[in-house]
Amino acid sequence: MAILQTQINPRTEAFQANDKALRAEVDKLHTLTASICRGGGDKARERHESRGKLFVRDRIDHLLDEGAPFLEIGALAAHEVYESPVPAAGVVAGIGRVSGVECVIVANDATVKGGTYYPLTVKKHLRAQEIARKHRLPCIYLVDSGGAFLPLQDEVFPDRDHFGRIFFNQATLSAEGIPQIAVVMGSCTAGGAYVPAMADESIIVREQGTIFLGGPPLVKAATGETISAEDLGGADVHAKISGVADHYADNDAHALQLARRAVSRLNWQKRGRLAMKEPKPPRLDPAEIYGIVGTDLRKPYDAREVIARLIDDSDFDEFKRYYGDTLVTGFAHLQGHPVGIIANNGVLFSESAQKGAHFIELCAQRRIPLIFLQNITGFMVGSKYEQEGIAKHGAKLVTAVVCVNVPKFTVLIGGSFGAGNYGMCGRAYEPNLLFMWPNARISVMGGEQAANVLAQVKREQHERHGTEWSEEDEAAFKTPIHEQYEHQGHPYYASARLWDDGVIDPIQTRDILGLAISAAMNAEVEETRFGVFRM
Amino acid sequence: MSLANAPTPLSTVLIANRGEIACRVIRTARRLGLKSVAVYSDADAMAYHVREADEALRLGPAPARESYLNVKAVIEAAKRSGASAIHPGYGFLSENAEFVAACEQAGIVFIGPPASAIAAMGDKSAAKARMDAAGVPLVPGYHGDDQDEATLKTEADQIGYPVLLKASAGGGGKGMRIVERGEDFQAALEGCRRESQAAFNDQRMLIEKYLTQPRHVEVQVFCDSHGDGVYLFERDCSVQRRHQKVLEEAPAPGMTQELRRQMGDAAVRAAKEIGYVGAGTVEFLLNADNSFYFMEMNTRLQVEHPVTEMITGEDLVEWQLRVAAGLPLPKRQEELTITGHAFEARLYAEDPEQDFLPATGHLERFELDMAGANLDPSRVRLDSGVEAGDEITMYYDPMLAKLITHGDDRDQALATLNRALSALDVSGVTTNRAFLQRLASHADFRKAELTTRFIELHEAELFSKATLDNEAYASAALFALDLLQRESHKDSPWARRDGWRLNAPARIRIALTDPAHAGDDADSSAILTVLAERQGKSAWRLQVNDHILEGQLQRLEGDGVAILLDGHRRRWLARRDRTPHGDVLVLGDAEQETRLFWRRLDAVDHGHHEVDATLTAPMHGTVVTLLIEPGERVEKGTPLMVMEAMKMEHTLNAPADGVVEAFHFAAGDTVGQGDELLTFNADE
Repeated sequence: MAILQTQINPRTEAFQANDKALRAEVDKLHTLTASICRGGGDKARERHESRGKLFVRDRIDHLLDEGAPFLEIGALAAHEVYESPVPAAGVVAGIGRVSGVECVIVANDATVKGGTYYPLTVKKHLRAQEIARKHRLPCIYLVDSGGAFLPLQDEVFPDRDHFGRIFFNQATLSAEGIPQIAVVMGSCTAGGAYVPAMADESIIVREQGTIFLGGPPLVKAATGETISAEDLGGADVHAKISGVADHYADNDAHALQLARRAVSRLNWQKRGRLAMKEPKPPRLDPAEIYGIVGTDLRKPYDAREVIARLIDDSDFDEFKRYYGDTLVTGFAHLQGHPVGIIANNGVLFSESAQKGAHFIELCAQRRIPLIFLQNITGFMVGSKYEQEGIAKHGAKLVTAVVCVNVPKFTVLIGGSFGAGNYGMCGRAYEPNLLFMWPNARISVMGGEQAANVLAQVKREQHERHGTEWSEEDEAAFKTPIHEQYEHQGHPYYASARLWDDGVIDPIQTRDILGLAISAAMNAEVEETRFGVFRM
Repeated sequence: MSLANAPTPLSTVLIANRGEIACRVIRTARRLGLKSVAVYSDADAMAYHVREADEALRLGPAPARESYLNVKAVIEAAKRSGASAIHPGYGFLSENAEFVAACEQAGIVFIGPPASAIAAMGDKSAAKARMDAAGVPLVPGYHGDDQDEATLKTEADQIGYPVLLKASAGGGGKGMRIVERGEDFQAALEGCRRESQAAFNDQRMLIEKYLTQPRHVEVQVFCDSHGDGVYLFERDCSVQRRHQKVLEEAPAPGMTQELRRQMGDAAVRAAKEIGYVGAGTVEFLLNADNSFYFMEMNTRLQVEHPVTEMITGEDLVEWQLRVAAGLPLPKRQEELTITGHAFEARLYAEDPEQDFLPATGHLERFELDMAGANLDPSRVRLDSGVEAGDEITMYYDPMLAKLITHGDDRDQALATLNRALSALDVSGVTTNRAFLQRLASHADFRKAELTTRFIELHEAELFSKATLDNEAYASAALFALDLLQRESHKDSPWARRDGWRLNAPARIRIALTDPAHAGDDADSSAILTVLAERQGKSAWRLQVNDHILEGQLQRLEGDGVAILLDGHRRRWLARRDRTPHGDVLVLGDAEQETRLFWRRLDAVDHGHHEVDATLTAPMHGTVVTLLIEPGERVEKGTPLMVMEAMKMEHTLNAPADGVVEAFHFAAGDTVGQGDELLTFNADE
């Protein structure tokens, strides 16, 4: 037992101020999420409801096991990206338990632009499938979509990771033995028709679901045939004549029940094996995270204070406690699962990078999932450090992070800047899931630094040309750069573009990681083969 | 004198019954130093009566006719166990003359009347004729052999309507009908004959005047083999449903000494007329003017015998054993007295709200905490055939137990009954406990305004058409949320059942319906879904219809819960009853009970979409025959036409209730696959 002790005094003014600031950010997040959860406007909702259809989130409620959690991903996708709002990019995605099996659910929201696919809708759909592949989770598609958003066809249709990739994934996922189940609850037109057609099993709702390669207007234009959508590709056509659908449902609720039954027949077993312990809540109150962390990235805090509030019993068995101490590494349990935790406690030095690589090797050997808690400004700079080979030590850490074949989860709990993002398993390193706290910021460097660097370059230009560059000019030059970095480094900006899987309330981090690790255990944890470490 | 040294010595007695009566007989047998032998069917191998007995023997499979009604098996069991006597209890073989004869033949004492007495009372028409001859008053009626329809009608007209038509061989309400008007007579007669034929293989009918406000008063008689007989006073069993007694009491309210003596004498006279031995009950209808009429004689120990025991202080099973051993009656008439008043309530595994449909399941709890409810054990008796943990099956009578209370007077005994009923802790199986309580606390029952139609008359108050308002749904939803929480497992974070959501309040839907619609998939409009969103640690925001209620539930001791809804805190006893369709959530207090069926996710399967699917030809073939006329109204499933294809006959059935408008083909026509064969208009 190595129970972490806290140095925090919740009665200090600093704590109170932090608490207030971060809670305000979380409140904003909740308000934004609530508005996103309403989907399209009231008119679209009314029309949807009048057709006897359930709203997308209600569909998911009906699909999930009673009272089961739903780990939504990419809820902020497309937030303030397009000219008009496209809440959640018009598709709700996440991991939920259906008939006792963790599944990836991808559900179109027909109240948002008729469920059409914007570029970020496609990206989110593909991301959900990627999660399914990585975690080996069956996929359930609740289809209610008008297909590609035609005005943006060049960003939706032609490229590798565009619309066609959805069906590529369905085929390859199915080939890997990952079940693909489609429930047709609205239109499935053109390319969309392939979602049910490519599925292992499909369900269609009477007088709601339609599947066709060309809809009635296209048919009329092409052949002159006048036909209703229902007669062209309704449930009766596909469940009784064409065989494109396998199950015939009376209504949404019935269809979702059939989907549950389909999952119950999968003969599914998790393949991951972890030596579990009885889950225990942390000894220290997770709600204190707000007051510890606050929103000012320049104020440092001990990462152990956060760790102690995430892990079971606040029991943290630290590795190399006194070596390379700007990186905290250690073993713990999270909701019963053994985990290795790597957290920043300052800038990365050569020692901390080597220590990180060593610790990752331990977790690979023991097949223990890894959690990265990022709060990093970057690697140390300066001649001393370049001479001791900080680049090759950093490379060792990156190699270890990339190659380690255990489930990896990254949470940005503060800054995520420069090569620090790489060394700490940023998005490019394919962690199973990556989340951000509302106080976090992500960019190649901090706005202040970037402005300084660019101003420095500019000043040198001026000096070379022998021109004047006043203090005022410099300040005017730096302000927009600073603002740009602030704007683009904001979690909402990042999440809207799916650089992460969601912005999360810090207090839910423990729940999220528990669900994520458990979901990852559907896949086997395979042996690791590392690349060449530069010594 | 000990039973072992009696003229007919008894040492081992086999009880050819199950449930509470078997347990009841075992208790007295044990007290008198007799060895008790139980018998059981496969469904009862672990039953309470088997556990209570000194020995137990298997009779056969679960169905009663292969076990408890199997004369050969029972006699075999008696021989195998060395029992010298058989106590038949009530029901099953207790009034079966053949069985009595088989006992005699096997040299086993049947604890009950001789076969001749059973036979004499078994045929109701013949019994009435004999009673008439013995001067026992009869309800005006016709019990003749001439069963001509015209004769029966004339007789009925003479008696005056309303009349009761009854199968001579009948019992248990089968082949029995009230005819209110002469013009209804023929139809009722046909119906009764049909039922009687089916149930008893006998069509003979008797007709009686139907008394409009009658009471059911019965007299307990006892005769010994020395020709003596006494009566142990009367019981009032007026409160009945579908001719099944529910609440009984002794003595009968409003009874005078004189009337009691008259009825008692008439009852003893009736018993002696047929050479009766042992315990018997003579049932009378008591009219408002104190005239009384013989109805029938039950040649066994009655279910409700404990109320007589409570007021006389006698053990009737002991009397039965002594009489069977050839001993004289323990007491003479003048030594018998009435002390106080007693009630019996019959606890059934059944759902009063669903037409008393029998219920089955696992009896999770069954307990009467006498001390906790401040009940005096000398005044309260629970004759039970089950214990907590038992399975209640569909094979036998659904009666679980009888609750009997005694008081110095009627009011006191009734108050005790009410207290005991509310203290009776039974869960896991739906019972009529709350219904009994509503009966026993009804004002007219308290005032002893009794009639056999008591339940019909007070239907409105007795059946808790509990107002299922928003609060009721919200309360049930809170209880469901609490139960769901308890279904969480710690083995996986995904197994939590608290509706966890990311960046949003936890949310859970609870679908509820009136239990009457529990098995009714078609009617999705009957389902009300409560959307619950968590507010803080234990509070929920509940959306019921379009109303929002703030609620939380707190567990108290045992089944107690406190439910706080919009600032109104109430205490309930909360339990879940398991039914074949799923769980029923019950929230009750001393006065009322709200029951709502919790429609779990996987409980529903609709699938009505086949409605229009079968009206087209499934393959190329020939029409063989049309089975109905166009325009005819048919029920769902009625065969409409037959076609032949690939040498197989294929029958098309009505997909729903409705009308066939037209057939599109005639017999002999060839049809192609997918051809519409007929136009069917389903009822909306």
